[in-house]
Amino acid sequence: MTLAALPQFSIPLLMGNSLNVWSEALVGFSPMGLPLGMVILAAIPLVFIALYSLTYGVYGERKISAFMQDRLGPMEVGKWGILQTIADILKLLQKEDIVPTSADKFLFVIGPGVLFVGSFLAYAVLPFSSAFIGASLNVGLFFAIGIVAIEVVGILAAGWGSNNKWSLYGAVRSVAQIVSYEIPAGIALLCGAMMAGTLDMQKITMLQSGSYGFAHFYLFHSPIAWLPFLIYFIASLAEVNRAPFDIPEAESELVAGYFTEYSGMKFAVIFLAEYGSMFMVSAIISIVFLGGWNSPLPNIGSFALNEWTNGPVWGAFWIIMKGFFFIFVQMWLRWTLPRLRVDQLMYLCWKVLTPFAFVSFVLTAIWEIYVP
Amino acid sequence: MSNLTYTVIFYLFAAITVFSAAFVVFSRNVIYSAFSLLFTFFGVAALYVYLSADFIAVTQVVVYVGGILVLLLFGVMFTKSIMNTDLKSDVLHIVPGTLIVAGIIGALLYTFYTTHGWMPSETQLHGSVVERIGFETMSHYVLPFEMVSILLLAALIGAAFLARFDKPDNKKS
Repeated sequence: MTLAALPQFSIPLLMGNSLNVWSEALVGFSPMGLPLGMVILAAIPLVFIALYSLTYGVYGERKISAFMQDRLGPMEVGKWGILQTIADILKLLQKEDIVPTSADKFLFVIGPGVLFVGSFLAYAVLPFSSAFIGASLNVGLFFAIGIVAIEVVGILAAGWGSNNKWSLYGAVRSVAQIVSYEIPAGIALLCGAMMAGTLDMQKITMLQSGSYGFAHFYLFHSPIAWLPFLIYFIASLAEVNRAPFDIPEAESELVAGYFTEYSGMKFAVIFLAEYGSMFMVSAIISIVFLGGWNSPLPNIGSFALNEWTNGPVWGAFWIIMKGFFFIFVQMWLRWTLPRLRVDQLMYLCWKVLTPFAFVSFVLTAIWEIYVP
Repeated sequence: MSNLTYTVIFYLFAAITVFSAAFVVFSRNVIYSAFSLLFTFFGVAALYVYLSADFIAVTQVVVYVGGILVLLLFGVMFTKSIMNTDLKSDVLHIVPGTLIVAGIIGALLYTFYTTHGWMPSETQLHGSVVERIGFETMSHYVLPFEMVSILLLAALIGAAFLARFDKPDNKKS
């Protein structure tokens, strides 16, 4: 599939619809030789993470969890409590920056920073629209899986630097969990890469476009494609420490895991990192299995729904909506499923997910070779 | 994007690599050394990107940061009293040490200055490097690849065997 196969519908103002126009225009923007455009390019996902975690992340999660438990959630500040998050942020900004006396000052301070950088770096390769991607690498998917490693180091720095046994336990559990679940997650994503034949995120998305909308998505590409999809979804829950895999921050045993000692803005940064990685895994699963920025609507006869709802701006809308849908599922599961025990967690990873990931890998390979 | 930007970013990463590597060596605290390795590995990965070896750069991050560094950190963290151990050994051989270092640096500089330029490959790179690496691994270098995988499998089985519970002993106690 070539560039010409991209949907022709676009808003004239937005510089046509050839691939990556927006980001390339931004990279070219360098007044007085300063690479200002590149800085803006890197800042856009950052602003996106901040805005989304403020609105949908914190407020949405509180409301969703409240409705699932038959409560009202925040109602005091503003109409339906809409301004509650802003009030919370103002409170966090004013809080005293506490560093425990016995903590390792240096590691305690850099821990949340490294953690956030780890979750933010993967946004470099997420195509937010057919016209926008931070860096169109030909190893994009591999980069997105691998860069999580930095987050692991950040968690260890935060947990060890706090000099608190709960923090250290939380950090060690979290790292053990992330490192083990990387294996089924990686193999499941390899199935997607095999179906596409490339690791370039933009190409993977482009190969899933077509006039039948959702029918071109890799989830419906072969009869076994749902298996890697499901495995990656479960493993991604564990990678971002969400329930039912939130034993690193199990409040009944560990207070709050590796961020027990954090307060004020450092706590906010840790949460920003968590929301950042939640959207990251949701975006990766929607890019690899659900067509990324492609519209799911099919063309029905003369109703060219797919063509009408495709284009750079629609692309951004679709990928963000798909990401938000998976974040909603993550929140939904959090209030539905009880937390796993440590041994159950490892059992699930090594004895259930990994063998099934291998099975789906082999079956996908057979399908790719023998079925035209 | 101007050439100057590339140069500035290159020197930034080079400085990060060199300074963090120096910190790894000179730090009195093992745990700081271990965390400083993160920046060294990351800087080296960035230098690989400058050599247009992006696959190797990402592999560097995955293998060294995700695997080796985490293992190292676990090892350091589970060691008793790391903070107050004196790393300096009592036995110091200053003269032989200096001689060996000077010899190695001299040999490296000698090779560096006597080698005449770089030897560019005759085949030019076209398109994605990842595909080339995949094809070469599974065709030309399939035997070394399989041997390495058997070695890793053996290591994995050995690790699982060592980490197992000793069942009969467990029942007794």
